Amino acid sequence: MTFRKMAGALCLAALTATAAQADGVKVGMITTLSGGGAGLGIDVRDGFMLAIAQSGRDDIELVVEDDQRKPDIAVQLADKLIQQEKVDIVTGLIWSNIAMAVVPSVTAQGKFYISPNAGPSALAGKGCHKNYFNVSWQNDVLNEAAGNWANNNDVKKVFLLAPNYPAGKDMIAGFKRFYKGEIANEVYTKLGQTDYAAEIAQIKAADADTVYYFLPGGMGISFMKQYAGSGAEKPVMGPAFSFDQGILGAIGDAALGVKNTSHWSKDIDNPVNKAFVADFQAEYGRLPSIYSSQGFDTGLLLVDAMEKADVKDTDAFRTALEETQFASTRGVFKFAPNHHPIQTIYMREVIKEGDVVTNKIIGVASEDHVDAYGVDCKM
Amino acid sequence: MSLILLFEQILNGLQSGVMLFLMSAGLTLIFGVMGLINLAHGSLYMVGAFAAASVAAATGSFTLALIAALAASAIAGVLVEVIVIRRLYARDHLDQVLATFALILIFSEGTRWAFGSFPLYLDVPAALSGPVHLPGGIAYPAYRLAIIGIGFAVAAALFLLIAKTRIGMRIRAGESDREMIGALGVNISVLYTAVFALGAALAGFAGALVGAIQSVQVGMGEPVLILAFVTIVIGGIGSIRGALVGALLVGLTDTLGRVLLPLAFGVFMDPSSATSIGGALSSMSIYILMAGVLLFKPTGLYGSA
Repeated sequence: MTFRKMAGALCLAALTATAAQADGVKVGMITTLSGGGAGLGIDVRDGFMLAIAQSGRDDIELVVEDDQRKPDIAVQLADKLIQQEKVDIVTGLIWSNIAMAVVPSVTAQGKFYISPNAGPSALAGKGCHKNYFNVSWQNDVLNEAAGNWANNNDVKKVFLLAPNYPAGKDMIAGFKRFYKGEIANEVYTKLGQTDYAAEIAQIKAADADTVYYFLPGGMGISFMKQYAGSGAEKPVMGPAFSFDQGILGAIGDAALGVKNTSHWSKDIDNPVNKAFVADFQAEYGRLPSIYSSQGFDTGLLLVDAMEKADVKDTDAFRTALEETQFASTRGVFKFAPNHHPIQTIYMREVIKEGDVVTNKIIGVASEDHVDAYGVDCKM
Repeated sequence: MSLILLFEQILNGLQSGVMLFLMSAGLTLIFGVMGLINLAHGSLYMVGAFAAASVAAATGSFTLALIAALAASAIAGVLVEVIVIRRLYARDHLDQVLATFALILIFSEGTRWAFGSFPLYLDVPAALSGPVHLPGGIAYPAYRLAIIGIGFAVAAALFLLIAKTRIGMRIRAGESDREMIGALGVNISVLYTAVFALGAALAGFAGALVGAIQSVQVGMGEPVLILAFVTIVIGGIGSIRGALVGALLVGLTDTLGRVLLPLAFGVFMDPSSATSIGGALSSMSIYILMAGVLLFKPTGLYGSA
């Protein structure tokens, strides 16, 4: 199954490679395809390749590289892609720490970087660059929207939980930036912790009405499974990263009823999204995740800009990107002046559709949301 | 902090301790008897969890899943011992570290190739899925209580095996003088394979038990491996009793530290920095414990010099 998918992906990459023409666009994708968190990179890559394949353009050449979630390897790959492969555009990075290591050098060399995932605050604010574009989000926005939603939905006192590292603290800070209610307790755990018995006992003892947490990947799976069996009954909220389609299968029924904020959901009602969900499932045999939607939108953005300008004319291509209003899986897509999306963030609830545990939109958490860092961006 | 919360945290500490014991028992046996540092012990834990998750998905039975985990990890252990480890006994520790590190990479990528990059699903058995109401108004997860019971039962069985049986006698003899026991007509290579398979099966068993409440995914064995090494260093290398005491100490220190340290700092500073500093210090607490033990007992609590 997996092998077949890999083989299919390689063939597609080879096909696009041989079809390259002199005046096309060469894209270097550095993403995480092995080691911890490979599921995210695979989803971004598959979504991106689906958009390129559907565009029917045969002048996009794609080189895919695996950073193994290691910043030093990603930096070497970026140099290789730019100097040897002579790519015009780099994309694909998943992790904020790797983006911080790679993006400044890519943009400094006059190439475009289009982010399909990581959105560290530094690149949205003071460290923004005219050749850096982000199709996904700034790290804080899903949490800001969740804080906003909590204000409007009778959440009076929360228990906050996140791993003790920069992204964990940013996410909680993002929530607190908008949330006006009380905070019962704020607990930071070890990064990569797998046993949450101690934290769950504290949650049970705390005087809070809701638990808000950011625990990405396996940490979130462990927490949610243990929480469900613990007898604790406080409702749980978080950003979509902990309740993505790739993770829900492993949590199972324990996740049912959890509320999470997301800029994308498979039930957003527009024709692009409906077709994307159906096509992705037909092509790869699994439901798309937010990461695959971001990869797909990155592909759509690229194709849209290529129709308006030649990538060799850097200024014209940049303007085409800045002024884009392409139809994305999230509706009409627009950039704010700092090249991060202006987008609606939804509140979703985890439900069961037949045998599949998945998300359903239950409301809007924040409309046309813009991140808090753009005011510091001077291009 | 209420007494109920404290009591619950002690149970949590015991539970994480007995799980750690299952991991470190195999590690300390292999290190003690054969003098081999096996970094791939965490991979055997992962093999157990993946075997359990796939058998549970196919049959729906948790008992069968546990049996599959034991079998798969023991078989993996035998294969690894016969194909790779056997060549390393006479080599120095650096060669062993390099070779077993390579095994980690092979196991990780092999598992990814076979099962894909996304985490697998393994649920606790329905009978144990809810909380149990203990005297004093404590609602504690039944599954964790069962783990504590199973862990102590395995510890007792292992202790009897080593202390009272003929196989145990040979294992202990092999630990003190491997040439002598060979000369006495014991097939030392079969004995080593058996000890390795036993250690592997214990790790796989722990992986399957823990997989039901944590995530079954590639790389899940590595964080546990570090804790298991800390445990056997505290307990004294080669000692089963040391592994048990060390595991319980590490489990209790880690769990109680995570709750008590932020509270303690909260007494004299504002809550936000107290959780931050207390949290950071609690993640160091087991290493501080290890340093403290080594200061007074350089070979660990039950180690022989």
